[in-house]
Amino acid sequence: MRHLIDIKDLSVEEIKGLIDTANDIIENRAAYSEVCKGKKLATLFFEPSTRTRLSFEAAMWELGGSVLGFSSADASSTSKGESVTDTVRTVGCYADIIAMRHPKEGAPLLASLSSTVPIINAGDGGHSHPTQTLTDLLTIMREKGRLDNMTVALCGDLKFGRTVHSLISAMSFYDNVKFILISPEELKVPNYIRQDVLEKKNLEWYETDNMENALGEADVLYMTRVQRERFFNEADYLRLKDSFILDTEKMKYAKPDTTILHPLPRVNEISVKVDEDPRACYFKQVENGKFIRMALIMMLLGVTK
Amino acid sequence: MNVDGITTGVVLDHIQAGKSMEIYNYLHLDELDCCVAIIKNVKSTKLGRKDIIKIDAEMDLDLEVLGYLDPNITVNLVKDGKLIEKKHLKLPREVKNVIKCKNPRCVTTVEREVDHIFRLTSEEKGIYRCIYCESEAK
Ligand SMILES: [Zn+2]
Repeated sequence: MRHLIDIKDLSVEEIKGLIDTANDIIENRAAYSEVCKGKKLATLFFEPSTRTRLSFEAAMWELGGSVLGFSSADASSTSKGESVTDTVRTVGCYADIIAMRHPKEGAPLLASLSSTVPIINAGDGGHSHPTQTLTDLLTIMREKGRLDNMTVALCGDLKFGRTVHSLISAMSFYDNVKFILISPEELKVPNYIRQDVLEKKNLEWYETDNMENALGEADVLYMTRVQRERFFNEADYLRLKDSFILDTEKMKYAKPDTTILHPLPRVNEISVKVDEDPRACYFKQVENGKFIRMALIMMLLGVTK
Repeated sequence: MNVDGITTGVVLDHIQAGKSMEIYNYLHLDELDCCVAIIKNVKSTKLGRKDIIKIDAEMDLDLEVLGYLDPNITVNLVKDGKLIEKKHLKLPREVKNVIKCKNPRCVTTVEREVDHIFRLTSEEKGIYRCIYCESEAK
């Protein structure tokens, strides 16, 4: 039985297979409307994340399956002290596949060790969120037609942003991908990404705090939130946050075909005016998230068109 | 190799200087009834300084734990005053319930009776990571 706990669980070929299936779903939606008929997805959200949960649920409905679950720890048995292991063994009696979100890092892996049905990690604290990375890869593929030979700029909180770390790791498997890391000094990528990915694989990359200069080089710009709570004091936050906001002025520095991505939700790091720019792809990214989750559910359940 | 005072037992040699107490504790040597000697800061041609532990009884040592703590240790098994076997250690691929994950956000902090498992992720740097949260063992 397969689970998806971390993006590293998937080979480059498997990721390609998922992207191909997702693309086929987008082209031939009717052909997939009953492939999961009679199957049930349980969404076990030990912490609320409405967007991710709705994406999984919509994905399962569109495959003709049905959905059950809970969406906060209060509503579940964990408030009565039930362990993660017991919860998934119980839910496995009712559901064919589980999407789990949990505030503790490693909870989905722990669940997978005793689960009788496939587990999908729908986010475990600040640790891992593989379906977001798959969403990002599908979107880049659809917008660019390739995952190799490009310059990817990542901007904002590169220290704590788990989507950034997974995307760098995932993109590092493709040929000739260059990274530009745009962040304030305080929020640079952690050492393990630097040493274990960027340096170990001998990738081309540089760090900068100047967004305008980097924009002209980027084929993809991946924006993230700069959160107030990451700073020790308000003054530092206010001084820095505007440098990492994408607005129509900064968009003038971008290439005519730069793809702008953001894992959403955003606060103010992308000006609403940028939404009208055809280069802004973050809402397409949301929709792609549903399609790649459809492809993933099919793969883990072993169903085909 | 000086095995004076031991006729049958185990000599842990080439322990990194200063680490012998840690090893004594991890192996629960305090629970033994036999004679246990800790010799610290012995001059060594290989290491400069080293520690040695001598255990005056046959016992099953957890070589995985020992390899995790210090892969350079040599384990000498002595019987009837003779060295009968010399074992060299290496870093184990995985250690179970030897160390605990210190990441407060890790699922091991809340789940009951969960095994704390660490896996070797970098042989050359000797880095172990929690299989759940991937935090580095400190
Ligand atoms: Zn851990």
